[in-house]
Amino acid sequence: MSETTHSQVSFSDELLKEVNRVIGQFPEGKQKSALIRVLHIAQAEFGWLSVPVMDYVARLLHIQPIEVYEVATFYSMYDTKPVGKVKLEVCRTGPCMIEGAEKIVKYIEDKLGIQDGETTADGIFTLKTVECLGACGYAPMLQAGEKYHEHLTEAKVDELIEAYRKNPVANYMGQETNLNSAKS
Amino acid sequence: MTRKLLLDKVNVEGIAGYDVYRKNGGYRSVEKALKTMSPDEVVEEVKKSGLRGRGGAGFPTGMKWSFLAKPEGVPRHLLCNADESEPGTFKDRYLMEKIPHLLIEGMIVSSFALGANQSYIYIRGEYMYVLRILEKAIAEAYANGWLGKNILGTGFDLDLSVTPGAGAYICGEETALIESLEGKRGNPRIKPPFPAVKGLWQRPTVVNNVETIAAVVPIVNDGGEEYAKIGIGRSTGTKLISAGGNINKPGVYEIEMNITVEEFIYSDTYCGGIKNGKRLKACVPGGSSVPILPHYLVCKTAAGEDRLMTYESLADGGFATGSMLGSGGFIVYDEDQCIVRNTWNFTRFYHHESCGQCSPCREGTGWMEKVLHRLEYGHGKMEDINLLWDIQRKIEGNTICPLGDAAAWPVAAAIRHFREEFEWHVNEPKACMERNYGLVTEKTFETATA
Amino acid sequence: MSEQTEKIKVTIDGKLVEVAPGTTILNAAREIGGEVVPPAMCYYSSLKGSGGKCRTCLVEVSKGSEKDPRPMPKLVASCSTPVADGMEVKNKSSEKVLDARKGVVEFLLINHPLDCPICDQAGECHLQDLAFEHGLEKTRYEFKRRTFDQIDIGEYIKLHMTRCILCYRCVYTADQLTNAREHGVLKRGDAAEISTYIQNSLDNDFIGNVIDVCPVGALTDRTFRFKSRVWYTKPMDVHCECSKCSGKAVAWMIGDEIARITARKDQYGEVKEFICNDCRFNKKQKSDWVFEGPRHIDRHSVISANKYEDPIPEHTPLLNKA
Ligand SMILES: Cc1cc2nc3c(=O)[nH]c(=O)nc-3n(C[C@H](O)[C@H](O)[C@H](O)COP(=O)(O)O)c2cc1C
Ligand code: SF4
Ligand code: SF4
Ligand code: FES
Repeated sequence: MSETTHSQVSFSDELLKEVNRVIGQFPEGKQKSALIRVLHIAQAEFGWLSVPVMDYVARLLHIQPIEVYEVATFYSMYDTKPVGKVKLEVCRTGPCMIEGAEKIVKYIEDKLGIQDGETTADGIFTLKTVECLGACGYAPMLQAGEKYHEHLTEAKVDELIEAYRKNPVANYMGQETNLNSAKS
Repeated sequence: MTRKLLLDKVNVEGIAGYDVYRKNGGYRSVEKALKTMSPDEVVEEVKKSGLRGRGGAGFPTGMKWSFLAKPEGVPRHLLCNADESEPGTFKDRYLMEKIPHLLIEGMIVSSFALGANQSYIYIRGEYMYVLRILEKAIAEAYANGWLGKNILGTGFDLDLSVTPGAGAYICGEETALIESLEGKRGNPRIKPPFPAVKGLWQRPTVVNNVETIAAVVPIVNDGGEEYAKIGIGRSTGTKLISAGGNINKPGVYEIEMNITVEEFIYSDTYCGGIKNGKRLKACVPGGSSVPILPHYLVCKTAAGEDRLMTYESLADGGFATGSMLGSGGFIVYDEDQCIVRNTWNFTRFYHHESCGQCSPCREGTGWMEKVLHRLEYGHGKMEDINLLWDIQRKIEGNTICPLGDAAAWPVAAAIRHFREEFEWHVNEPKACMERNYGLVTEKTFETATA
Repeated sequence: MSEQTEKIKVTIDGKLVEVAPGTTILNAAREIGGEVVPPAMCYYSSLKGSGGKCRTCLVEVSKGSEKDPRPMPKLVASCSTPVADGMEVKNKSSEKVLDARKGVVEFLLINHPLDCPICDQAGECHLQDLAFEHGLEKTRYEFKRRTFDQIDIGEYIKLHMTRCILCYRCVYTADQLTNAREHGVLKRGDAAEISTYIQNSLDNDFIGNVIDVCPVGALTDRTFRFKSRVWYTKPMDVHCECSKCSGKAVAWMIGDEIARITARKDQYGEVKEFICNDCRFNKKQKSDWVFEGPRHIDRHSVISANKYEDPIPEHTPLLNKA
């Protein structure tokens, strides 16, 4: 966790293509509308949003750096400080709380030896409590990268922490989720 | 068997993919609308259906559509609100994930009705994996000629894309959503002007919830009148309910708006009763913003009638003894839950989600959270209860956007119905840390005859 | 009718006024003047987009219009609600308004540091005026107040974020008067702050005007010489030849010396002609200016009402006792 900023900031050609695709979804001159998506891409690529990363995004979209800082600090998914490779975001809101979210948070805190908001010494895990993730019927739950882990138990938490420790890639793009939803 | 209009095909193997969706009657409404109807006729069907917005406010959709300004030469936009962040609500995610083409089909027909040629689905950033599902489905729709230029040779053009938020409940408020879609902070706009006149990029804009837009598909297919036959009074059609909390069978249910709350909670078709054989303590029937009801007002209204799962019946008695259908986020509390803790938890949510633009909400939500925290942890004073009441009263109605009201209502309702439990926290600071209060005593209400 | 645009009628606290369509309730009230004018902390007539945020200007619309006489269900922000023909508005004559306004003042103060005795703005602070007129006797807030470190944004301006009420006026000023805004609002909710994020210095020819638009002492002039209370200084209307701005300003004098320069403000505390940094920060010699005479401060305020004398009086209990 020694990095305090980024020195080399640029997207690969492939990511630039993606950025241009996103910009292309909006009319001429409205490229600022791509900002939120591009910041997600940047965060996935660089881990967090340092000033050089945000300035780079501002240049890509032809806007002022302050316009990027304003947005990056408004939305709770963006990290403007370094975080671990895998963010465990546990929902703490009402419906999850009454189904045991607080116990899950405590269990993870004890297991990893960190508090809410902290990162493990090996830089793998950051624990963050977050507000309702729209999974109230499958509580308690946490999100890691893009993936929702629902109906959590201590055993399930053990399992997924083990799995992420072996393979600390939080970006589970495209992986099947196993919603345990109501029968229709 | 209850009729299902949105989720009837949801368990068909492979329905998330284009081919299966199409084979099961998908995109019929696009063919019908674009080839045989005028945009105004589509609006007319939606009016006839009695469809009301499923995002929370319940505003009649057809009427909202007819308010859209149509100045010559200015593009108009339809935005789908897939921000779904109201605690207790998870139906839109279910629908988008399971049957994404239904939303896309609804977007095409609705865009046609409004004369919009560039539409967007704004989805909360945490649903990134759902965004990818939608993008895949949109690509399939383009590939099969349902999107793009000259759809079905009718001359109607439509571009559709999905764009994410990044963690902000407030972006579900329609003008904050528009700001966010413009790449800005999610600060709600001061109204007037309304989005119907000046919305996205200052152009006339309609914002509708995912479920609202999906419901347009069966309305166009079967006709508005057919849709209006389902339900009671002004609560027409079917409604998706996200059921959560201490129940045996949490999940998303599509109901006809005519069943009783009692049936919904206790029947095996739906929630299957309270978990672990406990007693019902309270219920928040429409997402965290709506007033909480104590056990004795959940299944019956104050007048002693059966409460129904409809807009009107859930609101029966006003805020004094009723609540709201809201977004359909149905949260059930058993006797072991603490109302003070839950109120504190919700208030912390609103404090966390306030955009901070206007003083009552920016300052008041944090203040209420601190007072509630103190009460919950046994350090409260008796005056705190009245203080809370006064703070919420000074927020409600005095803010730029309804988030202020949404923060005030749960506090007001908790005090209104559970005051004795708050007082107990003050009087029994030790006990309140060790156990929960249990059920509150039933109050009697003058059953209004006038 | 000889008039080109037809005027419409609106009644505020029983006083009738005729204004052009599209006028806001607040501006209609300003045409009447006096007691019927609601206080405004965020609205600023020359700043496009300003207003609507602080909620101090809330009024009751007891009759919507001649056509639709129904009252409006909620109080409305008078600064951003247009009038309609036949509208009837209650400001001071509405209990609801006074009650809500009291609430707004209390909200604005719960996180405000009670440091008037050491604040540069004391004596010309709109929040102080507002609290004096509409506040409660004592605060009911018992928690730690939010604090921020003071920062210098460039050599001219100091930002004391703890005092900020997030009116956004400075942001609109920077948007409107400069071509590349460098400061803005960061974070959200009650953690929101005005900042440059990377401690940029704001150096644009007109950026000094953010000091004048700030209703409280959050943005102050680092070149204010001889640390002094505002009411010890004597304001003089002055002007100079300036290639960048109108050169019309106010020199705040201590004896024979210029303590600071500001733009000229009207009775609502609003600057009509913004001045450039050069005039504001660099022309501190008497010889830089042509003196026109003493400036009459007719703003309804703590200084003009002579409520401020030395030592700090106990006039606003809320501000002096925590
Ligand atoms: C704070 C706040 C959050 C909201 N969140 C949502 C949301 O997540 N999804 C939604 O559809 N509507 C939400 N709404 C309601 C929208 O503002 C708007 O009324 C709705 O999208 C209109 O669509 P409908 O008429 O189809 O319901 C929210 C409103 C407020 C004030
Ligand atoms: S009510 Fe709250 S969320 Fe809405 S504009 Fe005001 S501060 Fe922002
Ligand atoms: S610094 Fe002053 S002008 Fe800027 S937002 Fe704060 S109070 Fe308003
Ligand atoms: S002056 Fe109208 S809301 Fe601030």
